[in-house]
Amino acid sequence: MSLPAQGAIDCDLHPAVPGIASLVPYLDPQWADAVSQRGVHDLESTSYPLRAPLSSRPDWRIQGAKAGSDVAQLGKQALDGFGARAGILNCLYAVTTLFSEDMAAAFARAVNDWLAAEWLDRDPRLRASIVVPIQSPMLAAAEIERRAGDRRFVQVLLPCLSDQPLGRRSLWPIYEAAARHGLPIGIHAGSTYRHPVTPVGWPSYVTEDYVNQAQGFQTQLTSLVCEGVLSKFPNLKIVLIESGFTWLPAYLWRLHKYWRGLRMEIPWVDRPPPNIIRDQIRFTLQPVDAPVDGDALQRVLDQMGSDDLLLYSSDYPHWQFEGQDALPPRLPDSLRRKILIDNPLMTYPRIKEDFA
Amino acid sequence: MARHVVGLASAVASGERLVAEVAGRKVVIFNLGGEFFGLFNRCPHQGGDLCLGRTTGLVEAGSEPGEYSYTRRGEILRCPWHGWEFDIRTGKSRAEPGRIRAKTYEVEVKRGAELFDGPYQAENVQVKVEQDYIVVEV
Repeated sequence: MSLPAQGAIDCDLHPAVPGIASLVPYLDPQWADAVSQRGVHDLESTSYPLRAPLSSRPDWRIQGAKAGSDVAQLGKQALDGFGARAGILNCLYAVTTLFSEDMAAAFARAVNDWLAAEWLDRDPRLRASIVVPIQSPMLAAAEIERRAGDRRFVQVLLPCLSDQPLGRRSLWPIYEAAARHGLPIGIHAGSTYRHPVTPVGWPSYVTEDYVNQAQGFQTQLTSLVCEGVLSKFPNLKIVLIESGFTWLPAYLWRLHKYWRGLRMEIPWVDRPPPNIIRDQIRFTLQPVDAPVDGDALQRVLDQMGSDDLLLYSSDYPHWQFEGQDALPPRLPDSLRRKILIDNPLMTYPRIKEDFA
Repeated sequence: MARHVVGLASAVASGERLVAEVAGRKVVIFNLGGEFFGLFNRCPHQGGDLCLGRTTGLVEAGSEPGEYSYTRRGEILRCPWHGWEFDIRTGKSRAEPGRIRAKTYEVEVKRGAELFDGPYQAENVQVKVEQDYIVVEV
């Protein structure tokens, strides 16, 4: 029986830091001691409460440990299980929620070194995104420089919701460093939880938090276009991860429409925003927010206006689908191949080097 | 194509506009520093009255996002309905010049003598032969 994602590159896997103690060997001595002296607890945000159904499929949970904390199990379930040839680790350990820039930088270094030693060294099919302290664009750029030499790091990871719109010029050192090394920017669902995760204030329920991430992504996409990040760095690819994508057609229409009348505000956006977005923005596949029956999804895909936009992801261990249904049914074969293989290879030059 | 005299050139000062009806359609004529250009009074987007639009300059990108180039003051018309910009000289939309354009027509200024040279225009010739007229070709 052929597997559903044979030969694919899985662009969204979540390795879990088992606990703060796992990072201590990778922290600078001062910070390693601070963990015990200050009683620093595990850095888990409220994005994925450990026992929430979304946080892990039941068959991917690990008794007595966090789902996604076992490298062998991840390789077996997420890669072998679907036939994927490689996968990208997006570690969501909540480094971005720390208030101290220096502490965030220390923990980002530790997470990246932990990923290299405990994951990348153990499974040659794995690649990783560089975790950066977005609290300080300067220190974030320095971490990109420090890790970019290891070509198993294929992307820079930013949270969807942080202290300010992602297009702001103060953050450009991050984009400059990424562009210099041919690293896409991956923006993953999540927040620094400094500001409400909805535009209108704090919600009460995790459902609201997760559903409203899609609006957060739209806000960031608008910012990246309008503030000129995509114009300034025309070769930079930005991957929206776990963002959903079925909202894109209506969003593109709205952005295009208002740009036509207000273009003079942002003349560096010198061609229709949908064209810029189709050139530079990519989306991971899961979650697919569309019915599996009928042709609704096919119509959305047609309206997106390009077959290059979607990158296969299982979102392991998050519970987005059942069994082997990692891909929507009835995708045309050519599009299926692009989503599984061609689009990831075109998006990630470092993956292409090793897995083309 | 027929030519229509729509008015005296001297009645439209530089930077001003003239709305006229030609062959049953409203047109708007602009004087840009002594050169005359015309647009049909209908935005290609949803039909807004272009004659009611404000003129502005041409905003283009500078060398970096955040830097602007601002040239050709008064030569860009914005539709009063949705703010789309049109180059008065060409009718082209600034946002998508290859795709969207307002309809233009030929406007020229003719000496009165060139227009009124028949035997039955003698009186007019006497009064207006020294003046220039705006002529629209549609």
